[in-house]
Amino acid sequence: MTAELGATTVVIELLYLIASALFILSLKWMSSPTTARHGIWAGEIGMVLAIGGTLLYRGMSYHLIAIALVLGTIIGVPLGRVAMTAVPQRTALSHAFGALCVTLVGSAEFYLRSPDISRFMMSVLSLEVILGGLTVTGSLMAAGKLQEILPQRPLTYKGQNLVNFLLLAGALAIAVTLVLHPEARSLFPFMILIALAFGVLLIIPIGGADMPTVISLLNGYAGLSAAAMGFVLNNKLLIIAGALDGSSGLILSIIMSKAMNRSFTNVLFGAFGQVQASHAAEEEARPVRSATPEEAAAILSAANRVIVVPGYGMAVAQAQHKVRELYDALTKRGVDVRFAIHPVAGRMPGHMNVLLAEADIPYDRLIEMDEINGDFPQTDVALVIGANDVTNPAARTDASSPIYGMPILDVDKAHTVMVIKRSMNPGFAGIDNPLYYLDNTLMLFGDAKAFVGSIVRELSGGHG
Amino acid sequence: MNSSSTLINALFIFVLAGFIGFEVIRRVSPLLHTPLMSLTNALDAIAVVGAIVLVGEHKSTLATAFGFVAVVAATSNIVGGFLITDRMLKMFKSSRPVSQPAAKPVAK
Repeated sequence: MTAELGATTVVIELLYLIASALFILSLKWMSSPTTARHGIWAGEIGMVLAIGGTLLYRGMSYHLIAIALVLGTIIGVPLGRVAMTAVPQRTALSHAFGALCVTLVGSAEFYLRSPDISRFMMSVLSLEVILGGLTVTGSLMAAGKLQEILPQRPLTYKGQNLVNFLLLAGALAIAVTLVLHPEARSLFPFMILIALAFGVLLIIPIGGADMPTVISLLNGYAGLSAAAMGFVLNNKLLIIAGALDGSSGLILSIIMSKAMNRSFTNVLFGAFGQVQASHAAEEEARPVRSATPEEAAAILSAANRVIVVPGYGMAVAQAQHKVRELYDALTKRGVDVRFAIHPVAGRMPGHMNVLLAEADIPYDRLIEMDEINGDFPQTDVALVIGANDVTNPAARTDASSPIYGMPILDVDKAHTVMVIKRSMNPGFAGIDNPLYYLDNTLMLFGDAKAFVGSIVRELSGGHG
Repeated sequence: MNSSSTLINALFIFVLAGFIGFEVIRRVSPLLHTPLMSLTNALDAIAVVGAIVLVGEHKSTLATAFGFVAVVAATSNIVGGFLITDRMLKMFKSSRPVSQPAAKPVAK
């Protein structure tokens, strides 16, 4: 690049500047559902301007670019049309694609430039491809677990953290060697391979319940690697987009780790998934009270205020549309129905809101944990559907519980608690839930979709 | 080219953009965290511009091949990311303003 910028370069840089501003506006408009769709338009316009500007570079041949853009669109359209329950794995897959792009560009730049590459440039380039590489395989693993191609159970073995640490140290050692001796080109592929292996091993010990944190973290890594790529290419737009994506991923990871009561460093070093000790095995049969759909319908229709607490189990049972019918039936009878959303309900941040919005439940009825927790004591019925650990009062009271200290929804404070559950088996984490044995708790045994369906039938039958 | 001043400029941009990102994203309603992630994912695929230059300049076969795959991967993120974000946001409806958008055109 010369000091005197050519006219084309100025135009390109200005287009990048406009795109950067549009990207920031795009995220700003995401603050509320009423303006959020403007955010998409701003993002799309910014993207078109940036790509259009890039095509202005002199001496470009376009036919391969055109083929690649068309191919990408052909792959992208079906990925934009997946079912809402599949959004977490789609998101993980797209983190992998984004990181793949960054890693490939970084590798190509290395081979084009080395050995004539400054120390700083080599450090950033190493950061780019290490972060990118581990995000590619890590995200593919996460997508595989979410899609249930891979076993959901966390796989742990002795010395796991040591192996991971040694791998990371190995990759960093190669990076340092390359910074000092950029002519040692044969080492570069090994750095990438180690990063790829590290990504796999990082996700192996992680179970389904930790996925919201993991996806957020991988989002942050993908963003940081893109920002590093911006440094390598001296592209300010990329630095800005990467920094925005990186901070978004980090903020979401912090929110998720708080909601799971894990320290952020604990999450960063991949030590999650191991805290879950199962000690519910020899629990003797304590008495529980159960109820039929008829009884449940009678209690619900007599209530003034109902809070529904949905969990991932509701989505697994595909019960959200039946829940919508229940919401309609109760609202018609003048019952105030709201939904309490725990930050880690679902398989990624905000997943539960999307699933309920898809079922046409108005978003102003979906209330966050901190906002709704104070209302449980004035609530007639709390109806728990497919949620377990996020309602476990042991998190407040029992210091020996593995989830002690985790913020929970205080459903036990409602006048009546009704829990729809298949059986008394403890949940995924294997932690017993004392909520089920409380005097004000009624267990509704059965499949969530079928049970809610029968309640709705009872309500409409009684009405008509 | 003065490479150290380029570096300092880049660092300034990175740090300031990080702060903007932090402040803007902190204000995003938890209601929209899933669409937020798919939107940032699409925006992050702006990395496609680096890949496009690699393919277009055709400096070496390896660089072109890597660039080609990179353009495909990033484009699928752009297209898929914007599509699914739009689909999700369309689903978010309020119980109150339902009558408002209908009333506005009538008033005009």
